[in-house]
Amino acid sequence: MPLEPSSNFIQASSWADDWQTLFYFEVGIFIFFSVLIFSAILYFAVKYRRRAGNETPPPTKDHLPLEITWTVVPAAICVVMFLWGAVLFIRNGTPPAAATEIFVVGKQWMWKIQYPDGRRDINELHVPVGVPIRLTMASEDVIHDFAIPAFRIKKDVVPGHYSTLWFKATKTGKYHFYCDQYCGTSHSAMIGWVTVMEPAQYAQWLSGGAGSGGKSLADTGADLYKQYACSTCHDTGRGPSFVGVYGSIVKLSSGQTVKADDAYIRESIMNPSAKIVAGYTPIMPTFQGQLSEEQILQLTAYIKSLAKPEAEGRKAAKP
Amino acid sequence: MSQAVQEVGVLPRVHYLNASYGWKTWLFSTDHKRIAWLYLAAITFFFFVGGAAATLMRLNLIEPQGSLIEPSTYNRMFTLHGLVMIFFFLAPSIPAVLGNFLIPLMIGAKDVAFPKLNLLSWYIFMLGGTVFLYSVLAGGVDTGWTFYTPLSSTYANSNVMSAAMGVFISGFSSILTGLNFIVTIHTMRAPGLTWFRLPLFLWSLYATSIIFILAMPVIAITMVLLMLERFLHFGFFDPALGGDPILFQHLFWFFGHPEVYVLVLPAMGVISELIATFSRKRVFGYGFVAFSSVAIAALSFFVWGHHMFVSGESLYSGLVFSFFSFAVAIPSAVKVFNWTATLYKGSISFEAPMLYALGFIGLFTMGGLTGLFLATLAIDVHVHDTYFIVAHFHFIMVGGAVMGYLGGIHYWWPKMTGRMYSDRWARIAAVLVFVGFILTFGPQFILGYLGMPRRYAVYPPEFQTLNVLSSAGASILAVGYVIPLIYLIWSARYGPVAGPNPWGAKGLEWTTASPPPTENFDVTPVVTEEAYAFGTRTE
Repeated sequence: MPLEPSSNFIQASSWADDWQTLFYFEVGIFIFFSVLIFSAILYFAVKYRRRAGNETPPPTKDHLPLEITWTVVPAAICVVMFLWGAVLFIRNGTPPAAATEIFVVGKQWMWKIQYPDGRRDINELHVPVGVPIRLTMASEDVIHDFAIPAFRIKKDVVPGHYSTLWFKATKTGKYHFYCDQYCGTSHSAMIGWVTVMEPAQYAQWLSGGAGSGGKSLADTGADLYKQYACSTCHDTGRGPSFVGVYGSIVKLSSGQTVKADDAYIRESIMNPSAKIVAGYTPIMPTFQGQLSEEQILQLTAYIKSLAKPEAEGRKAAKP
Repeated sequence: MSQAVQEVGVLPRVHYLNASYGWKTWLFSTDHKRIAWLYLAAITFFFFVGGAAATLMRLNLIEPQGSLIEPSTYNRMFTLHGLVMIFFFLAPSIPAVLGNFLIPLMIGAKDVAFPKLNLLSWYIFMLGGTVFLYSVLAGGVDTGWTFYTPLSSTYANSNVMSAAMGVFISGFSSILTGLNFIVTIHTMRAPGLTWFRLPLFLWSLYATSIIFILAMPVIAITMVLLMLERFLHFGFFDPALGGDPILFQHLFWFFGHPEVYVLVLPAMGVISELIATFSRKRVFGYGFVAFSSVAIAALSFFVWGHHMFVSGESLYSGLVFSFFSFAVAIPSAVKVFNWTATLYKGSISFEAPMLYALGFIGLFTMGGLTGLFLATLAIDVHVHDTYFIVAHFHFIMVGGAVMGYLGGIHYWWPKMTGRMYSDRWARIAAVLVFVGFILTFGPQFILGYLGMPRRYAVYPPEFQTLNVLSSAGASILAVGYVIPLIYLIWSARYGPVAGPNPWGAKGLEWTTASPPPTENFDVTPVVTEEAYAFGTRTE
């Protein structure tokens, strides 16, 4: 679909509108002070230009009230900008609980997008309009950054961490996304498109796509669970069971507690001895280098599915 | 009056340039003035190396698909450009050239406190530069000047080790220079030259020296950690080895942000001198301008986290660093207002150095104000890592630091060489630099606002118009940089004799001959007046 250049940079998310207002305010400050300084310099330069080679003007006395004024007034303006920017930033810091989750994995040099129901894409993100979307992002290698200028958002995707980015698109259309953190040779090829669709269209698109054989993320995760023989311990009592674990508070052998979220599960797979569940021994080997970030996301989706009561049946069906 | 003093310089006499001849008397000289020339030669070379890399980049960006070089080459070019300009041109530019030449002259001393250490600094700098050049000739390095891990420590296939080693070594040169300047300013001031009679250039160099001593060791340590991880696979930064990539960013920017003030503070000092001389006024609010340099130096150590608002640092860190980033804007604003007020009721003339100074104030104002956008947490979320940042820091580092450096070179050139350059050509060059600069970097603000990421060798076609405009501006800028090279070199031999004080300036450096004798002053001067005491007594 060919695009008009301008269509890439409309305000297409709820945050973009907030962002734009503050941005215009700061542009106003920029113009005011630039014009003030430039015109003062020009005015003085003309008015007080040297007329005779030997003229020496009398010294000007320092002026404390003036110094205080041009310290305090800019400081006050700075405080306004700081607070305004901080309030927006804090308010948008946490995604709504009801947000639809989509997984993004960056690797040199492509973006892999996974939808919970199993559809997968490369460098193409499809989202419904008007629905909060949470991107859970991981990197296979170096630091990347997922940026969508039409939504005025970006976030670094740091290896070893999950990062989260959320937005609510407000206008259907097709917008660029970029890798904004320099990531090596083909950094500038690591770009793609966000397509914002009507929810009905989106549902249709989701069901029609090629993915991992029609399997949902959790189902693929269940296969991995078997393939990597996780069940040998975790279904036999040697390791903690996963039923009802996701989202719960886990007691650790150190006496501390931790919330069983994506980051905790990821850490427990990659670095199992970092946090040992109370009552168990640190016997699990690391899966670092054996599982890709995508597979970890799939395993996490499977574990997440076990948190719900209806998952009991699936687990019971396992040998 | 200026006619009368010019006669003095015509007499054949012995000065630091003709006191001895032969390359050994230069390469082994401990005379701060000769060492300044050694630095000048070296950094001029590096400036044009870095400039050549920038030229290739701007040519490549004329077409969206890249008109000239492969992405892998482009990546090496912006890395080369950044590393050379930051570590091998800007950091030593004003401190090591003008600072070296002027600090003893401005305080009425014979030399810096540790002349041999001063020469050693230059050799360390050259060693670092040579190791770095080796990395370039061996195929270049493609990590960006920021060396972000784990790209640099694990994934990059270019010459990271030698480039990091070059940076590591050259840092010690800055540390020793900073140490030398601090001791010199503390212990070697002429009788009567109290702290609050010091030229503001020295206040800013003093603040710069403090940053050198505190920040440079951190980059040295960081480069060592990087090399250990890359070469011996110590797991500091790469999560696959158990490290944390964000740790590198903390270390790098703890050095990196004070470093950018190292680049612009000395230029601010130069501007204070120029504005005073060419408006024949004491700098308005001397005390405020002096302390704002110190305030900037101090605050510069508490803003590093604003490079990491979108890298996943905690919300509370973001709030603190955003706050301090706004705070550091205040002393910068105070300086701009005071410089502008200095013009009030002055006697303003527009020789080339003054054009650079006025250009500096304008460009620095715009660079500083756009910094406020980046300090704002919410706004940074969109413009971070785009061309908006590229434009912002070039306004500070080129519009600020390079304009200040060129202004300073033009201002003190007659003192350094005893000769005058063509003021007409110098004014033409100054205007070209200003116009070319605005055309080059103005469009980049818009590019960044529209979302164009930095460090892109190829880009979507909708950004082409602004990129072509930027490249066109860069060609004007390049001409503006080459012209001074020609007339300055020409003037050193053929220019009219300048005399000790061609600008009618105040300050001890203008009371001795041009070029100064090797020992700077025939008798140790005694200072009886405030800095910039224009109009209080006859010259």
